[in-house]
Amino acid sequence: MATSTMQFKIYRYDPDKDNAPYMQDASVEVDFSLDRKLLDVLTRLKAKDDSLSYRRSCREGICGSDAMNINGKNGLACLTEIKDLKQPVVLRPLPGLPVIRDLIVDMTQFFKQYHSIKPYLINEGPRPERERLQSPEEREELNGLYECILCACCSTSCPSFWWNPDKFVGPAGLLNAYRFIADTRDQATNERLDDLEDPYRLFRCHTIMNCVDVCPKGLNPTRAIGKIKEMMVRRAI
Amino acid sequence: MSKQSVAVRKFDAVIVGAGGSGLRAAIQLSEAGLKTAVLSKVFPTRSHTVAAQGGVSASLGNSEEDHWHWHMYDTVKGSDWLGDQDAIEYMCRKAPEVVVELEHFGMPFDRTDEGKIYQRPFGGHMSNFGEKPVRRACAAADRTGHAMLHALYQRNVRANTQFFVEWMALDLIRDESGQVLGVIALEMETGEVVAFHSKATVFATGGAGRIYYSSTNAFINTGDGLGMAARAGIALEDMEFWQFHPTGVAGAGVLITEGVRGEGGILRNSTNERFMERYAPNAKDLASRDVVSRAMVTEINEGRGCGPNKDFVLLDITHLDPATIMKRLPGIREISIQFAGIDPIKAPIPVVPTCHYQMGGVPTNYKGQVVGDDGAPVRGFYAAGEVACASVHGANRLGTNSLLDLLVFGKASGDTVIDDLRSGEIGLRDLPADFADRTLARLNRLNTQTGGASVNECRLELQRTMQKHCGVFRFKDMLVEGVAKIIEVEKAVAHTEIKDKSQVWNTARVEALELDNLVEVAKATMVSAEARKESRGAHVRDDAPDTPANPNGRDDANWHKHTLWHREGNRLSYKPVIMKPLSVETIALKTRSY
Repeated sequence: MATSTMQFKIYRYDPDKDNAPYMQDASVEVDFSLDRKLLDVLTRLKAKDDSLSYRRSCREGICGSDAMNINGKNGLACLTEIKDLKQPVVLRPLPGLPVIRDLIVDMTQFFKQYHSIKPYLINEGPRPERERLQSPEEREELNGLYECILCACCSTSCPSFWWNPDKFVGPAGLLNAYRFIADTRDQATNERLDDLEDPYRLFRCHTIMNCVDVCPKGLNPTRAIGKIKEMMVRRAI
Repeated sequence: MSKQSVAVRKFDAVIVGAGGSGLRAAIQLSEAGLKTAVLSKVFPTRSHTVAAQGGVSASLGNSEEDHWHWHMYDTVKGSDWLGDQDAIEYMCRKAPEVVVELEHFGMPFDRTDEGKIYQRPFGGHMSNFGEKPVRRACAAADRTGHAMLHALYQRNVRANTQFFVEWMALDLIRDESGQVLGVIALEMETGEVVAFHSKATVFATGGAGRIYYSSTNAFINTGDGLGMAARAGIALEDMEFWQFHPTGVAGAGVLITEGVRGEGGILRNSTNERFMERYAPNAKDLASRDVVSRAMVTEINEGRGCGPNKDFVLLDITHLDPATIMKRLPGIREISIQFAGIDPIKAPIPVVPTCHYQMGGVPTNYKGQVVGDDGAPVRGFYAAGEVACASVHGANRLGTNSLLDLLVFGKASGDTVIDDLRSGEIGLRDLPADFADRTLARLNRLNTQTGGASVNECRLELQRTMQKHCGVFRFKDMLVEGVAKIIEVEKAVAHTEIKDKSQVWNTARVEALELDNLVEVAKATMVSAEARKESRGAHVRDDAPDTPANPNGRDDANWHKHTLWHREGNRLSYKPVIMKPLSVETIALKTRSY
């Protein structure tokens, strides 16, 4: 067995008993033949101290629960290889959102922005008896967009979102906005563009590209935002 | 905590769970304008439906001729004739309608050249009553569950559904007549306990795959609905039947879809042999899941496993065109690289059968009503999806029928609630005076317990016991011993201790409450499995071997019946399988081979 001790510094805060957040030093025995990902090690840490709080569910990078700030960079604990991590591993909640407890943030603002882009297909035409047709090429346009898992790694790494979380839709919301704009079955393209044509909602994106750097699914919100801007220009001329 | 501190909120309907079936039911109820609350332990798109990969079945016939009756035949055969034929007919007939509806909701299905929904082959999907493979699995690459769950959530955003996110339901409320009056739930962020008093309660809580040590299931799949139902005196049906998915990543347990074999993937042993040709000469790698899992374990047990410990087999797609892999199976490529350290374009993936799906559950009829031992509906109580046992999956579920089950029975349960509310069949009855006592006692015990057992250790003991005593192959003596061991675990679970006493986002408390549910499911499973003295579908015992009198060890004369496990007295009863479909002729009992 390849066991070893791993060192951590973990952001801790329980409003029920702590006056202020603090960084806690922690260490745990890791078995590299069994433990591969950061979430495996968090499970071991929690077995030692059951008060350590974080969200997690699928443990395979598809549900988007266990996003956190790992050694200064946002990512999913379940997809983060432990052998690559510099120690002590510094774990903090996602930046820019209110902390509820430990590594758990209040995601209300994030979801509010997602909901603001009307994240559903709008097609008021009569419902055909069978599926609406879409060519493979048209469907291809949705690749790189529909795979978003709403983990919030991107939006909470974006300085523009930190400054204006109430006004700037943020990379996740904008990626999803473009997912519907790009869907040939959606009939609300103009309304969607109108809604985003605003100094804050869309144009706070300054192509810093932190979102692209951190997306655990390898998606590119900056590119989607660029496409939306292009469409606005095109319809203006 | 005093009784007065339990706030009461009133609704027409409360749905517990916001995975596929809960969200599908919610669409019906919200769009009908009913005051509906949807409770979920996690934000809806984090529910485990999100992890489904391969597809959802419907006889759309987009690539070649298909028919719902053939789908029905395959499902009955897949269930090893333990499925109820009325529910199976209902599901298969409804499939094209609910899948097309999902497309209209915005689901980004892959497309054929004609622009129709793309369909791929899957295990046990055949045309013309078992003749030859047919493309029936409607897919969005290998992320069908993710695409579906998001589309359903999005439709609910449009319908203004009222969600209670990160609320855990703790107990069912029933009155003296047995009518269900809602649930008591815990808000995770604040620790507040609230009664959701409602005319109709729909359970869509999903499965309990976390009773096993090695599982494809998410951490949240702890059988909360089953635990709540069992504590409230509802029997659980066919709990001995658990599907072991043939292809979980060895060591990690993460699912690799059957769609990989649908796209041409092949299972190989240490001699590089395509061994499924020996076990299922016709369907080969696309035989039913129970058949493939047993073949894999047999190969491993007979020394033809791979790796230094000879404890896995290989799933090979290196012969496929890399472009096909990138287009149709991008997610499994990601998973293989992440969790096996292998790029499947270049090398085969190490896989083992891994606990995946619970065929049993809360007994329902095909309308989504929960039924009592006499088959009569339990007033005010509905269930759909993995928590429910309609029973469409019987002793073994066909791949892609789970996502179909969610859509069909999520919608049906919603429609039935609407009918029952409008006809006055159910209404808001008074809460009994003691409705919160049992739940508050559980919470108070956790708040004050000292010197008790660790939740983590109890859960591990439970999971290891299930894995060892109730796996792919089952042995009489191990099952008898397993029952005794689970009873021991149960005793420890009654005295679990948590150190964290905070009211705010107390995950230690949530895990302890989940363990209360896991232990009910484990007991139901082990006791039901020990008692069923035959082999059928996913339940295969050493003392019920393949003989001419009982092919595959199936004993229809004595065991062609559903198990009902009752928590009180840890006792079993049985009820007949419904063999009469709604409109077509019965699909008569037959020996199952692929």
